[in-house]
Amino acid sequence: MSQATLRVQKISGHAGPIPGEGMQREDQVCKLVDTTTCIGCKACEIACQEWNDLPFAQTTFDNTYQTMPTTQWNFWNLIKFNEQPKEDGTMMWLMRKDQCMHCADPGCLAACPSDGAIVQYTNGIVDFQQDRCIGCGYCITGCPFNIPKFNPTTKKVYKCTLCSDRVSQGLEPACIKACPTGCLHFGTKDDMKDLAEKRARQLREHYGFENAGVYDPPGVGGTGVIYVLHDATNPEAYGGLPANPSIPWAVRLWKTPLRWLGNLAMLGGLVGVTLHYLRFGPKTVHNGESEKRS
Amino acid sequence: MAPTRRDFLKLSTAGGVAASILGFDLAPAYAEMRALKIARASETRSTCPYCSVSCGVIIYTQGDGAKNVTPFVVHVEGDPDHPINRGTLCPKGSSLQQDILNERRLLKPQVRRPGSDRWDDIAWDDAINEIGRWVKKSRDATFVEKDAQGHTVNRCEGIAWTGGCTDTNEFNYLVVKTMRSMGLCYIENQARV
Amino acid sequence: MTNGWIDIKNTDMMLIEGGNPAENHPCGFKWAIEAKRNRNAKMIVVDPRFTRTAAVADLHLQIRTGTDIAFLGGLVRFAIENSRIAKDYLVNYTNAAFIIRDGFKLPDDGLYSGFDPATQTYDKSTWNYAEGGDMSGKAGGGTAVPHAGSHGQDAHAAVPPALPENVAYDLTLQHPRCVFQLLRQQYSRYTPEMVEKITGIPQDQFHKAADLFTSIRKDGDTKKVGTIIYSVGWTQHSSGTQTIRTAAILQLLLGNVGRAGGGVNALRGHANIQGATDMAGVFDLLPGYLKVPNPNDTSLDAYLKRITPKPSKPGPWQSMNYWGNTPKFAVSFLRAMFGPAASKENDWAFDYLPKVDRNYSWIQIWDNMYRGSVKGLFAFGMNGVMIGPDSKKNIEALKKADWLVVGEIYPDETSEFWKSPGITPEEMKGIQTTVYRLPCAGFAEKDGSFTNSARWLQWKNAALPPPGDCRLDQAIVAQIFLKVRELYQKEGGKFPDPILKLAWPYGDPHNPSLSEVAKEINGKALADVTDPATKLVTKAGQQLPSFAWLRDDGSTSCGNWIYSGSWTEAGPQLARRGTEDPSGLGIYPNWAWSWPVNRRVLYNRASCDVEGKPWDPSRRQVWWNESVQKWTGHDVPDFKPDSNPKEHLGPFIMNPEGVGRLFMPIGAVADGPFPEHYEPIESPVANLLHPNQSNNPVVEKLKTPLDKYGTVAEGFNIICTTYRLTEHYHYWTKNNPANVELVPEPFVEVPAELADEVGIRGGEKVKVTSARGEIIAKAMVTRRIKPMMIDGKKTYQIGIPIHWGYRGIAEDEGRTAHTPTNLLSPTVVDPNAFTPEFKGFLVKLERV
Repeated sequence: MSQATLRVQKISGHAGPIPGEGMQREDQVCKLVDTTTCIGCKACEIACQEWNDLPFAQTTFDNTYQTMPTTQWNFWNLIKFNEQPKEDGTMMWLMRKDQCMHCADPGCLAACPSDGAIVQYTNGIVDFQQDRCIGCGYCITGCPFNIPKFNPTTKKVYKCTLCSDRVSQGLEPACIKACPTGCLHFGTKDDMKDLAEKRARQLREHYGFENAGVYDPPGVGGTGVIYVLHDATNPEAYGGLPANPSIPWAVRLWKTPLRWLGNLAMLGGLVGVTLHYLRFGPKTVHNGESEKRS
Repeated sequence: MAPTRRDFLKLSTAGGVAASILGFDLAPAYAEMRALKIARASETRSTCPYCSVSCGVIIYTQGDGAKNVTPFVVHVEGDPDHPINRGTLCPKGSSLQQDILNERRLLKPQVRRPGSDRWDDIAWDDAINEIGRWVKKSRDATFVEKDAQGHTVNRCEGIAWTGGCTDTNEFNYLVVKTMRSMGLCYIENQARV
Repeated sequence: MTNGWIDIKNTDMMLIEGGNPAENHPCGFKWAIEAKRNRNAKMIVVDPRFTRTAAVADLHLQIRTGTDIAFLGGLVRFAIENSRIAKDYLVNYTNAAFIIRDGFKLPDDGLYSGFDPATQTYDKSTWNYAEGGDMSGKAGGGTAVPHAGSHGQDAHAAVPPALPENVAYDLTLQHPRCVFQLLRQQYSRYTPEMVEKITGIPQDQFHKAADLFTSIRKDGDTKKVGTIIYSVGWTQHSSGTQTIRTAAILQLLLGNVGRAGGGVNALRGHANIQGATDMAGVFDLLPGYLKVPNPNDTSLDAYLKRITPKPSKPGPWQSMNYWGNTPKFAVSFLRAMFGPAASKENDWAFDYLPKVDRNYSWIQIWDNMYRGSVKGLFAFGMNGVMIGPDSKKNIEALKKADWLVVGEIYPDETSEFWKSPGITPEEMKGIQTTVYRLPCAGFAEKDGSFTNSARWLQWKNAALPPPGDCRLDQAIVAQIFLKVRELYQKEGGKFPDPILKLAWPYGDPHNPSLSEVAKEINGKALADVTDPATKLVTKAGQQLPSFAWLRDDGSTSCGNWIYSGSWTEAGPQLARRGTEDPSGLGIYPNWAWSWPVNRRVLYNRASCDVEGKPWDPSRRQVWWNESVQKWTGHDVPDFKPDSNPKEHLGPFIMNPEGVGRLFMPIGAVADGPFPEHYEPIESPVANLLHPNQSNNPVVEKLKTPLDKYGTVAEGFNIICTTYRLTEHYHYWTKNNPANVELVPEPFVEVPAELADEVGIRGGEKVKVTSARGEIIAKAMVTRRIKPMMIDGKKTYQIGIPIHWGYRGIAEDEGRTAHTPTNLLSPTVVDPNAFTPEFKGFLVKLERV
């Protein structure tokens, strides 16, 4: 698509059908992250910040090579570093690029009550439209990967756009282009799956990683970012990558059987209270500070 | 904190926003993207000044080269044609824009006088005059024409040159010419250390 | 690099040691990853830490810093004992078969023959080949070594020993004094047990690595190829040069030099220090690796005679001895320097060049400034206080200088030495140094060329003008020079001739255009020059096509002979952008231009067997084409193009022997023809090979009161090494908010076990003290550095990144302790390369 717009296939908080849904076909785009060739250089972190003109954050040394504990509203792409001892006394130093997974079934979009604040394009990119964001933060609750982050100044939520501006112009995302080792790759979902499976097989057959495999979790319908892991049986070791991510039950509830309620303004507040509890109540924080010693 | 430019994104359809929300429009829904920030910027091919891989970089500058424009850098990205880096850059190469447009850059000649506790501004001509005078003084004071054995040595022992890691070949050659002609032996470079 | 960045993708086996390319050269490192991805290549990383490179390696060994010769020597022994060597390559392409003079002694006690303790130097006359001829099969009892040519050397100390013309050799490699047997003997002491005791690498791990690396020569295989990749983790030691020599020996033994995917590959740390070395940015060279004249060179002839080698080889073999052309390079250089003022009558102005009588290298500048003889310093993009070693000494030295001229783009520690931490207002008043700080142009504001690690010269374009009142570096130096010239013109002074007569033929003398300079470097004909073979003519005034056209009669001028061919009549070859790679080997012959003559892999003749057929036909670079009787191929042959393999011309054309040197004869190195393990100057243990000769015997310690060296007895019981991070670039990106965000503060990497012993938790402040100074930073407690058993004793290593000083974003915000890492490092250097020992010294560690 070589125009400054992207076609939409899912819209948050939207009553009724999606205009033009299913009228045109388009390939799903996908990022492949091969953690077995990631050197944690953080080129992707800076490429992301530079391309998106994000203001630089003040960070503090935290006993790790990791730039900060989690992504922030102005830091969408973070390498998570984990020292992993092995049984034979040697060790691994796992590095994983953390960012929006661009789920096929996005929990953020499902949770969002504001019409059009979160959209999913027909190429699979999940994008936030900040002019429609009401700052409720429900998307944060809906995300099983702890990605969207709230900016208290603008009262809006931000995350990786998968460089939708670049992709719409026929360019690859900024992080992909920068990656020095080629551990990041970009293409159609089918091609990336194929490449990932081949790499996992190579790791099993030639490099002794018996459990090497591909991470493309079905709980969220598969993702627009997939990983090759040395040990696909233990994604949690890679800075808390959830083994079986899914959309929280309350969001599911709101999204499906009770969705009609959302169209009734008088009940909107009730739903809001429920979601607010979920948002600011119990909440798992994947803070990736596994190198931290105390 | 200033809002980022994504705040101006618009969701629109052919039938307008209202129609879209009501969901009666069969025309596809589009989200309007921000414009590509480098779309009309000038491109200059250069080489990254950091390590010895020599990644090709493209420096994107605002302006089309017209006379009334002083170009400024809007973005730096890897050169995909470059056979070694093929468009990739490390975290230092990726931040080159901050190196070019940096508020900490030195912008005027300065001098610190003997015993002083501060920098004073100095005009370029004055600085060059004074430095030329220092060079001559030190050279004349420390020049050795013949050594103890009577061999011609023609060297200046009182002045040293230390050159940096991003000095170009051509600049280094001019250093060899000028400094060796003045008789310097202490000519060293980051290459040593 | 003998090879290049992209060429790494052609390898089957990588030994990465003394370098951390994932950290320091990420974009070049992609080609190592490509080799793994596309060829199932294996990667062995040997490093004091588990690094970012180790994170993607197949095997990581933790080594004690500064013991690489012991490890590599162990590999040499393993390869020989297990016949994992390339026999044909070894016999024909190295000096393995050459016989060494009687009287040469191996360093069983730590010393080679000829050592003089009074001067700490060697008389190298026994480090030489025997004169003779074919001794094959005549080994006998080892006494049949001819002594011809060895007599009388010592009596004529002023005449340096020379290599014999007709070398004695034994192609069976059985002669007890042939290089191969001496090599075997030398490294027979480097057993796995000894390697473990010295390096701390357990024997089983050593065996794993040795078996894996040499597996490319298993069962006589000659197709596979391995590469060795290193960086300043080898160079920055008091036996740095010899460490690299050991790697070269190993690669020659395995037949890996000259081949795609092979070689000995130095990863230079900066954009243009390869170019700076090529262009003689260092005291001991003139452009193109010509040696500087010394006072004994009383005429140009004497100088040329000293620096021009003669062939030295077995009689039936041929040697191209390319350095035999030295007079052409030297005279053409003098013509470029002094133009018409250099004439045959005045010895091409040879006396205009300063004659260098001693070591004027980096640490000598500071030592002699401290002692008061160096009065003034130019520092252009060179932050000497931060670089060290021993930053404190450099600050003290600057206090004694009359003047300092700094050309920089950011405020740096060197220009502000007079207000460095700890200097009181009272003391500041006493500092009499005048400091000029001149605002220069950044990389994007300048054109010109950089030479990368793979010897590619690449032209870059200026993207925008310098900001504010900044000036281009070349304009500043030109203006200073022209001012000095004007003063000498008006007032006279000491020997003004070279200054007055220096060729300065630039369109705008006050701001020379770098393209004009680049053309001068390439060289041009001053009179019509005819090529004797082809009868082609380069007319007077035309750019020379290559250094093959250089003459020693003054009819050509050339600023740097190895760069000749970079800017020809056909235009700037160094600006080419052709992306074709017909061989698929990553040669890219039409991209930029590499020295020499656009050759991408050095010694590539050795990629073929003696008959001229590639060792591996699937990776063929050059080969002998029988039908046209020429060497041909994808790369430019590093060879005489029409030399039939039957002539047995040696593939190492720059050596007078024509072959690769396992044994380094006579004057090439200061500390021994074979590498020997010596302890770093500051080490926790005595040398286990020879405790009475622990350190490199020719290494000198400096002697001012500031030059202090610590011992375990004084409490300096922890080994410290220093390095860079991928997030930062030396002392530069601390001015860049993006990089400061990634790693905001200085830190010290501390093994978890040591942290427990000292009572340190991650993030707490620690003090690291050496004999020279102390720094304060936060501790990064990690399992990536483990305690080591050195000779049965538990030993700790810590590591400190070098990036922070007293000017920078974090520094100015008061977020750091303002203690440059190099306050700790010692003023001691490698005796060959004069590079300081930044990578291994002793410290103590305390909680603050």
